[in-house]
Amino acid sequence: MHRFALSRAGDAAMAIAAHARDPALAFIAGGTDLLGLMKDRAALPERLLDINGLPDMARIEAVPDGGLRIGALARMSDVAADVEVRRRFPVIAEALLFAASGQLRNMASIGGNILQRTRCPYFRDGDDLPCNKRRAGSGCAALRGLNRNHAIFGWSEACVATHASDVAVAFAALDAHVIVRGRSGERSIPFGDFHRLPGDTPQRDTALERGELIVAVEVPAQEAGRASHYLKVRDRQSYEFALVSAAAALATDGRRIRSARLALGGVAHKPWRLTAAETALRGASLDDVEALKSAIATSFADARPLAGNGFKVELARRVSLRALQSAGARA
Amino acid sequence: MRSRTRPIPKADVSAPLSVRLTVNGRPRTIAVEPRTTLLDALRDMLALSGTKKGCDRGECGACTVHIDGRRVLSCMTLAAMQEGRRITTIEGLEDGGRLHPVQAAFVEHDGFQCGFCTSGQIMSGVAMIEEAKAGWPSAATADVARSLTLADLSNAEIRERMSGNLCRCACYPNIVEAIAEAATGRR
Ligand SMILES: Cc1cc2nc3c(=O)[nH]c(=O)nc-3n(C[C@H](O)[C@H](O)[C@H](O)COP(=O)(O)OP(=O)(O)OC[C@H]3O[C@@H](n4cnc5c(N)ncnc54)[C@H](O)[C@@H]3O)c2cc1C
Ligand code: SF4
Ligand code: FES
Ligand code: FES
Repeated sequence: MHRFALSRAGDAAMAIAAHARDPALAFIAGGTDLLGLMKDRAALPERLLDINGLPDMARIEAVPDGGLRIGALARMSDVAADVEVRRRFPVIAEALLFAASGQLRNMASIGGNILQRTRCPYFRDGDDLPCNKRRAGSGCAALRGLNRNHAIFGWSEACVATHASDVAVAFAALDAHVIVRGRSGERSIPFGDFHRLPGDTPQRDTALERGELIVAVEVPAQEAGRASHYLKVRDRQSYEFALVSAAAALATDGRRIRSARLALGGVAHKPWRLTAAETALRGASLDDVEALKSAIATSFADARPLAGNGFKVELARRVSLRALQSAGARA
Repeated sequence: MRSRTRPIPKADVSAPLSVRLTVNGRPRTIAVEPRTTLLDALRDMLALSGTKKGCDRGECGACTVHIDGRRVLSCMTLAAMQEGRRITTIEGLEDGGRLHPVQAAFVEHDGFQCGFCTSGQIMSGVAMIEEAKAGWPSAATADVARSLTLADLSNAEIRERMSGNLCRCACYPNIVEAIAEAATGRR
């Protein structure tokens, strides 16, 4: 790793001020993504500010109305083991448990998880191959290169990468909010607006601005929560990023769907919500497989696979269907 | 070799930082550069070479140690971030010359071949049994909402919970047997 300075943040206001005035400063939480990027020279901060000592940011609170507030410094393993998280939103616990490994989950924070950068191999290649995300204007090696693991929705000629977080897919399905603190106070970003599509500026992953600290993720109370499931398909059974994953949550009357929430991972630069399918699923019977399939198909009209990942389109439809059925089995 | 076109930034301060921590029960003070990982500090400064460096990227588990009793990857955290922490490595597991039950079970079940992954496997296994005792679910748990006990620690559960430790010699069946016996007495 290159040389850098390290200091500890004692309070949030000072951390935010330091971050705002110093473009070469990065926060470090678990370090499990940032240190990997630094070793691969895909991030070269000159100063790291250790935020792990900031007070009140590791709490997992079950809000009395049925929602959750998860502190940005809460560790993946603690959130996945939390009894209320498991009871109220199994999809969150499952998305966390299907990610990374036991050791990494003990280290990795929720804030760091949703900010993790893409696993596109060209982005992390230390030899500086063309990659607009790492160096604006240098091109995209994946567009006509190895793109089996890349996007089928929402990509641009500038970048075809996917977002690798699992729990972000669950948060997107559940309409969570990212609570962010800056110099002028707090703002609450709807999860669907937090991650960006690449467009012409793939170097920016999220709506977070310099001088902003994520303090928590809030999951609102909702009738679709308990009947929820996360399904992840990958090249090996465990300790691997998703090829395609789906988070599904349902509210039902008997076997009839009253409302459905469905989001895919591994298919776009952000968690990909299937809003057309959600509308089409309203009123469908969980036992009518053909109706479920055609409802899901409405969200695939704009799928644009790349040369190497055509298989993801059919895989994503099937993963969506199976996730819905498994959520339905909990209804 | 392709050229590295991006300049390496020169940091204004990267002077050694003094860190106090407890390693295998002994208080230690070390002076580390900010960029020193916990793994490098353990091996190169504290001469605890039982902890291995496989990938240095969080991908293999060979560097697993315990921080305050939790299993972590020492290659993916900085030594200078461990002020006041309690670190346990493979060297600190035995008790007055007696092997820890998980160590003894690895010997009994032949849970290794070349041995390179073994300290990471054992450190991971010891902490994983504690996680299971605390009722933590895993990706192999059918119903995460249910509360769990050690009795639920099937071989499928053990394989999933140990998936963060790779073994190039593929000693997996024996590793699972060793941990099953140490955790539940099941042989
Ligand atoms: C081998 C391996 C396998 C993995 N597999 C998976 C997987 O299957 N699924 C999955 O979802 N993830 C996976 N991961 C990614 C892992 O979950 C992330 O690395 C981790 O969640 C990042 O959290 P952290 O606390 O370590 O973040 P850090 O590395 O500390 O930080 C990441 C980024 O977030 C910023 N940051 C951190 N906290 C805040 C905050 N509160 N406010 C503002 N900025 C902040 C940092 O500045 C940095 O830019 C894997 C990682 C590895 C190494
Ligand atoms: S897909 Fe995005 S991250 Fe990958 S090489 Fe292209 S620009 Fe870089
Ligand atoms: S050396 Fe740390 S995980 Fe491989
Ligand atoms: S015993 Fe050789 S790598 Fe595991």
